[in-house]
Amino acid sequence: MTENPQNVHPLEDLVRMDRIPHIWCPGCGTGSVFASCLTAMKQTGIPYNQFAMVSGIGCSGRGAGYINIDSFHTTHGRAIPFATGIKMASPDLNVIVFSGDGDLFAIGGNHFIHAARRNMDITVICVNNLTYGMTGGQVAATTPHLAKSSTTTVGNPETPFSLPFLAYASGATYIARWTMLHARDLADSIEEALVHKGFSFIEVLSPCPVNFGRRNKEKPLDTLKKYYENTIVRNGANPAELDIDYKKGVILGKFADIDKPTHDEKYKKMYWPDEK
Amino acid sequence: MKYWRVPLDSHEVQVTRGHVHIIADRCKGCGYCIAYCPREILEFSKAFNAKGYHPPVVKKDDCLNCHYCELLCPEFAIFSIER
Repeated sequence: MTENPQNVHPLEDLVRMDRIPHIWCPGCGTGSVFASCLTAMKQTGIPYNQFAMVSGIGCSGRGAGYINIDSFHTTHGRAIPFATGIKMASPDLNVIVFSGDGDLFAIGGNHFIHAARRNMDITVICVNNLTYGMTGGQVAATTPHLAKSSTTTVGNPETPFSLPFLAYASGATYIARWTMLHARDLADSIEEALVHKGFSFIEVLSPCPVNFGRRNKEKPLDTLKKYYENTIVRNGANPAELDIDYKKGVILGKFADIDKPTHDEKYKKMYWPDEK
Repeated sequence: MKYWRVPLDSHEVQVTRGHVHIIADRCKGCGYCIAYCPREILEFSKAFNAKGYHPPVVKKDDCLNCHYCELLCPEFAIFSIER
């Protein structure tokens, strides 16, 4: 090990270091996604006081508690409504929603589709670990068919959501999917989404070794190997073909980048036409 | 990285070099930096850290300062600085 007189990690100015070590388990990908998100915020060059981070409940919902900017840890599933409120009250802020699949798509599913329909100018980062990690690995709306969970002990009989397709159908204007292993692409994609005007959605696949991997005989490094070997980067792929199936390959990339007037712009034009 | 021949412009190409810094006591031993370092310069140490995990150590001084470990580490426990 090299001796470093300062030993200061470059992201430390964005993290509440008094709360580190964080609660995420060894092998959890949420920390990597969080680091990529912070790196993307640095890359944009926007001052930190023009960001706000909102999280819901869940493992990844802790993100808002660890970031050293204005942040808000909200009630379960209601991260997007709170973010919508922040954006409506101060439209100059870049609002980031950092939350999990259970929070955004199971209990908060309706809020997600309606924010996408309105084209609210917020950035939604969904850490998709395919299960309810914090509560004990119950089956979620994103758990793959036949995968085992604590409530489906012989395999999941249901079909999961395809999150980018759902976002596309609801009217999101920036849609991307990466895994936590594609950290550099992910950081660049989040940077692009932060600058993008309109509803941006990024799904990030992330391992949950304790509550998903353990029941499905997957060590964290096995999951990462799957991300490395069985994923295909195909920008502009048809959103209807984005189901998560490692046998035929999971498609990653940027699927939509559409220019559409945001909710703020339309609202101002109609209700305060004189104001600049 | 292995080449089947020496690249023709190898004498012109400037390669950055880095120093890897490891904050051992933050590590939770997931091994991601060790498995995915493009130059494979890290390995698990024999020693334990304060939490009881084996943090990584640098086994050869070959860092290219790509910052990938820094992005991938969930614990903010490893970073590199250009030298």
